Amino acid sequence: MSQWVTKGLATGVKATHYPRAAETAPGTSPGMPAATSLPAARAQLVAARCPTAALRQVPSGVEVDRRRCVHCFRCVRETESPVDWDAGCQWAELLAGSERRGRSLGRAFSRSLHILVVDAGDCGACLSEVRQLNNPYYNMHRLGFFLTPTPRHADVLLVVGALTEHMRLPLRKAYEAMPAPKRVVAVGSCALSAAIFSPSFICAGGVGKLLPVDVEVPGNPPPPLAILHGLLLVAGRKPPSGTDAVRAGANQDRLR
Amino acid sequence: MPAELQELSHQVEARWGGRVGLSLDNGAAGLACRMECRPAELPELCSWLFSDQDYSFGGLVVEQRSGWELRYLFYRARSGWLHVVASLSSGDGRLPSISRFVHAADWHEREAEDLFGLVFEGHPRLGDFVLHNDVWQEGLAPLCKTFDASQPVKHREPDPNWKPRRIVEEVGAFAMPVGPIYSAASAAVFFQLETVGEDVIRAQPRLFYTHRALEKIAEGRRPDDVVLIAERISGTSAFAHSLALCQAVERLCQLEVPPRAASLRVLLAELERMRHHAAAIAGICESTGLAVAAAHAAMLEEELLRASGALTGHRYLFGLNRFGGLSTDLDDAACGRAAAATAWVAAKLAALQGMLSKSSSFLDRLEQVGIVSSLNARAFGLVGPIARAAGLVRDLRKVQPYCGYDRVEFGAPRESEGDGYARLRLFFREAQESAKIISTVARALPQGRFRTPETELRPGAALGWAEAPGGAALHWIRLGAEGRVERYHVITPSFANWHGFRLAAENFAFQDFPIILATFALSVHENDR
Ligand code: SF4
Repeated sequence: MSQWVTKGLATGVKATHYPRAAETAPGTSPGMPAATSLPAARAQLVAARCPTAALRQVPSGVEVDRRRCVHCFRCVRETESPVDWDAGCQWAELLAGSERRGRSLGRAFSRSLHILVVDAGDCGACLSEVRQLNNPYYNMHRLGFFLTPTPRHADVLLVVGALTEHMRLPLRKAYEAMPAPKRVVAVGSCALSAAIFSPSFICAGGVGKLLPVDVEVPGNPPPPLAILHGLLLVAGRKPPSGTDAVRAGANQDRLR
Repeated sequence: MPAELQELSHQVEARWGGRVGLSLDNGAAGLACRMECRPAELPELCSWLFSDQDYSFGGLVVEQRSGWELRYLFYRARSGWLHVVASLSSGDGRLPSISRFVHAADWHEREAEDLFGLVFEGHPRLGDFVLHNDVWQEGLAPLCKTFDASQPVKHREPDPNWKPRRIVEEVGAFAMPVGPIYSAASAAVFFQLETVGEDVIRAQPRLFYTHRALEKIAEGRRPDDVVLIAERISGTSAFAHSLALCQAVERLCQLEVPPRAASLRVLLAELERMRHHAAAIAGICESTGLAVAAAHAAMLEEELLRASGALTGHRYLFGLNRFGGLSTDLDDAACGRAAAATAWVAAKLAALQGMLSKSSSFLDRLEQVGIVSSLNARAFGLVGPIARAAGLVRDLRKVQPYCGYDRVEFGAPRESEGDGYARLRLFFREAQESAKIISTVARALPQGRFRTPETELRPGAALGWAEAPGGAALHWIRLGAEGRVERYHVITPSFANWHGFRLAAENFAFQDFPIILATFALSVHENDR
């Protein structure tokens, strides 16, 4: 078995510098469209291309509802008036009112947060990105974040998927079985708005329809760093709004 | 007419006379041969094709048009597709089941019963399948045209005391429920492990917790939006599924795909396969508790995700396939970089395989575990790596080439033992082949357009297919007069392989369960749709 010890040592430390510094490796984020100033006619054209109504025409051009974007790239590819692109991945948002609900997650949790992941009707991509958090590149253990298989040990309920009828009861039971204080992090545009699936007889159209969501992580799927950003928000280790200076720059490579 | 089909046609004529009509069509539907018969002939005809003629059963497409139209898809090497079509008047929802003779059709019939309300007479087990009986009323039939999918259904309250059916009845037997929320970051699926002590006698999965009714919500939409839905059938096999759908529409509308786009599609499909297999390998290492190997394989998976992201903008290759090609050109230099990255990963995978093959404690957990015999694999209609690890030739890239795969040279590895270790070896070998294909394709990318200009959509129906990382993916799409989708049916490899999962999960030691599961590398989401 000594070969594995040698191998582990030889590989060395691979973990990203995030959140201390931006991750600059290419391919770590698909990016996200950004609010863009465009002449009205063009803004209307490009907004009409969006399949999930994530782009909204405003007087200055277009605005983006990140919670709905599915990275279809229709607003940047094969169009005369591409929108601007935000190549970073700090998209998570702490919802107002989160602190008012129940007791706050105190300092004790900031470096020891146990997370229960529930698949509430995912396509597998968000779940895969959540799993990547445990690979050595992201290694979320170094930040004091741990996955737990049981709601009894969980401080955070991380939900992926559009909330199918079949998962309603299991999800509610899991939430109720968690000790207080507890937080809900909704990951991925399906969990936020059902996105491409849109509300139907079998999809409620987002986790917020059933549980009080504290942090929203947009993306389809959100890359591991975006999910990490959401977890840092819930642990109180990142300022709540986008005032943060850390931005990744190297992902601009291939858009058009 | 190819010689094989000529022979088939003579035999059908001799045996059924005028009762089975046979016609050839190489047009829009992408079919080679169509057989029409009354429902009463179905069991005999299908079982003859499956048992005597060496046809594989692809799946069942049900359509509600003026009446019911049932289409049983068969295929075999060199003969192309064979559609057995039977019609039923709309008032009549009963027909004979074929699964007594073609066991591979078992789940397809159960699904059609649940979603359309059809009754397959002689089927041993119908009900509680896609729509769970503890959540929905009986007889909902959401795929029927009269069902309005945009509204919530007034369903009965979930019954918290619902229990799955027990099968093992021995003294002292008990059932251990696992799921749908279990372990760390696992997909939503439920298992009932029935045991009399140490050993588990049966492990029956209950699926469809993540059923999103994608086929229903596709109806009435524009086909290019349905490509986005296809990508989200299984996010980790997004490219293969959108490719299968695009090829169906391209065949229907006679859209020519430029050579450059076809080559890029091959490159991307193989990149996806390689990443899928790396993830499967990581999962297997993790299930045995070999942490260093698992971490190492997970890093290689992440490397491939990054290579995909750097090449295309999206780590899971979303937003790329369009009708007639791709949404963007990928320049030769970037493809070269991706090929270099995959070659690097392939070398690392080879080293990892070498180390694993020397770890006897690891091999002990995989060898002779979760065995699927080739006989069973064929009877259950298993596909992809699971079938190939049991010795079957099951690869649409070879059997029904598409996208120019017949011009690419690559090996189609097979193993014969059908156990966990055979599946692991197969994942390694196929990943190597994919890396080879990527570098071959990247070295000789044809120049030219990456997409044909838009053409008008035509009404009609067509079949598209692709060998997804998990196996055969078949997409049937019917467009109406306004270019809107009338019916969309997807047959996924995970649907076929979950059906056979219980073959491998019989009479095993309890601690082997996660290992058997990992060596199957099945996608719950791809099955559930
Ligand atoms: S990428 Fe697609 S979903 Fe996102 S804003 Fe642009 S058009 Fe809309």
